[in-house]
Amino acid sequence: MAVRDPGERLLRRRRRVWSYLVLVGLAVFFLFPLVFMFVSSLKPDGQILSDLGGWRAFLPLGDISLRNYAGVFDRVPVGRFLLNSVIVTVAIVGAGLVVNSMAGFAISRLRWTGRGVVLSVVIATLIVPFETIAVPMVYWVSQLPTLVLQHGQIEYDFGWLDSYQVQIVPFIANGFSVFLFSQYFSTIPTAIDEAARIDGAGWFTIYRRIVVPLSGPAFATVAILTFLPAWNQYLWPSMVVQDESLRPVMVGMQYFFQDNTAWGEVMAYTSMITLPVLVVFLGCQRAFVSSVAASGVKG
Amino acid sequence: MTAISPPDTRATSVAPSSVPRRRIRADLRSERRAGWAMVAPAVLLLAAFLIVPVILGFVLSFTNARLVSPEPISFTGLDNFVRAFTADPTFVRSLLNTFCFAAVVVPAQAGFGLLLALLVNQKIRGAVAFRVIFFIPVVTSIVVVSILWKFMYQPDGLINSFINSITFGAWQGTAWLNNPSTALAAIIVLSIWQAVGFHMLIWLSGLQTIPEELYEAARIDGAGAWRQFRDVTWPCLRSTRVFVLITITIAALGLFVQIDVMTQGGPVDATSTLVYHAVRMGYHQQQIGYGSALSLVFFVLVLIVALVQRFLTRDKD
Repeated sequence: MAVRDPGERLLRRRRRVWSYLVLVGLAVFFLFPLVFMFVSSLKPDGQILSDLGGWRAFLPLGDISLRNYAGVFDRVPVGRFLLNSVIVTVAIVGAGLVVNSMAGFAISRLRWTGRGVVLSVVIATLIVPFETIAVPMVYWVSQLPTLVLQHGQIEYDFGWLDSYQVQIVPFIANGFSVFLFSQYFSTIPTAIDEAARIDGAGWFTIYRRIVVPLSGPAFATVAILTFLPAWNQYLWPSMVVQDESLRPVMVGMQYFFQDNTAWGEVMAYTSMITLPVLVVFLGCQRAFVSSVAASGVKG
Repeated sequence: MTAISPPDTRATSVAPSSVPRRRIRADLRSERRAGWAMVAPAVLLLAAFLIVPVILGFVLSFTNARLVSPEPISFTGLDNFVRAFTADPTFVRSLLNTFCFAAVVVPAQAGFGLLLALLVNQKIRGAVAFRVIFFIPVVTSIVVVSILWKFMYQPDGLINSFINSITFGAWQGTAWLNNPSTALAAIIVLSIWQAVGFHMLIWLSGLQTIPEELYEAARIDGAGAWRQFRDVTWPCLRSTRVFVLITITIAALGLFVQIDVMTQGGPVDATSTLVYHAVRMGYHQQQIGYGSALSLVFFVLVLIVALVQRFLTRDKD
C-alpha cells in the first residue's frame, strides 16, 4: 500500500464512521421488533401496555416471569404442535435428502434414455409457485387412496386429509434440490466410478459408498434450504389439517392468536417457536449464508 | 429458462477394447436400469404432487367443481373467468391490490437489499455480524412476523406510542391495519422488513464475484465511488439483478400469509390479494373450480413476469 496523505486518511475515517452509524441504525431497525417480542413475553399484559411509551418496552424490567409461557401450555397442547412440526420437518428433510440426491446422482453420473427430458422437466417445475397448485391439490389429495387399520384389518379408504402423510409426501421431491445435487455430483471425478465398477460395485453402492460421503456440503445446503419452508409451512396445513392432534405449530399459533387477546401469551408462543430456529441459525450462520448464496445460482 | 443439457461427464470414458462386446452391452443395460430406478422416486413424486395438480388445476378451472358436492362435475367453459372479471368486484380489487403491492415492494426491496449488500461488503470490522443481524428476520417465520407486527400496529401499540413520543404528542398515528388507506402500506413495510435480508445475501454473492482488479483499474482512471458503482458494479450484477427481480416479483404476486394472519383481506377488501381471494373462494367457500381458475390467473401472471423480465434483461449491456 502506498503512503496516503493525511487528508485522504481523514476522509476515509469519516466515511467509516458514517458507515458504522448507518449500519447500527439498520441493526436497530431489524432487531427492535424481535427484542420487543422476547421482552414482552416475560411481562404481564398490563405492564406491556404501560411500558410501550418508552425504552422500558425493550428492557426486561419490572414484573418478569415465565407465567405467560405456562399460560400457553395450559391453554393449548403446544407440546403436541411442536412434536407434529418436528415429525413433519424431519420427514420432509430426511426423505428429501435421499430421494433428491438419488435423482441427482442418476442425472449427473448415469447414462440412460430420457435423461435430458427428465432434467428439463425437473428444471421446469421450479417456475411453479406452490400457491398456484394449492387449491386443486386440496381436491386431489382428498381423492387419493389410503390404507387404514380397522378392526385389525387393513382396508382401503379415500382421502388424505387430516394425516401426517398429507403434510409430508407432497414436499419430499424438490426440483431445486435435484438440481443442486446433480450440479455438485458432476464435480466429482467419474474415474472413481469406473474403478469401482471394475471392482464389481453396483451403481447403488457407488452412490452410497463413494458419492454420498464426498458430498457433505451439498447435503448441508439442501438440508438447510428445505428445513426452513418445512418448519414454516402454513397455507397447506391450514387447508388440509383440521384435527388438533395433527396440527403443526404455525397453524396452531394462528388459532391461538385468533381467539386470544392476551398479548403476553401470544408473544410467549411466538418467542417459543422462534427461539429454536434462531439458535440453529446463529450456531451455523456460515452454512446458512453459503446455502442461500448457492440458491442464487437458480434461474 | 435457458435449455440445460445434462452434464455428460462420462462421455470420454471408453471401455478398453479387450472387454468383450457382450459385457459392455450388459453393463450399459445395467447402467440404464440403475438410472431409471434411482430417478424414479423423485420423478413419480413430482408427477403426482406437482405436474398432476398443475394439469388438474387447469382442467378444474373450466368446471363448476366443488370440494364436497352431490352433483357431478360439469364443464362450464370460460364461465369462471367471465365471472371473475365481470361479476366479482372483490377479485378485481384483489388483482389491483396485488399489482400495487408488487409495484412498491419489487423496486423498494431490491434497492434496499442492494444497499445493505454494499454496506456489509465493505472491508470493515463487524461486517459479518451486521450481515447476520440483517438476515435474522428471514429465518423468523412469516406467521410470527405477521402476528408481531399486528401487535405493534395496534391503535395503542408500539408504533403509535413511538410516533406519539417523538412528535411530543403532535401526531397521534392511526389504526394502521383498520384504515383502508394505510393497511396495504403497513403490510408492505413488514414484508420488506422480513424478506430483504435474503436478497441482501443474493446481491452480496453477486458482488463478491466482481474481480477487485476492475475497481483498481477504475480508480487509476480517476473514478469516484459513484462512477465505480455505475460503471463497474452495476453492469457486473446483470444476472444477479435478473434473479433478484424475478424472485421478488413472484413472491410479491403470491402474497398470502400476511393477509391471512393480519387482516383477512379487510378493511373493505383493501388488502385482499389474488392468492388470498383464490384460497377464500376455492377452499373456504369450497368452490374448487372457481378457486382453480383464480389460481390459474396467478400462474399466468407469474409466467408473463418471468418471460418479460427475461426479455428485458437479455444481452442489453
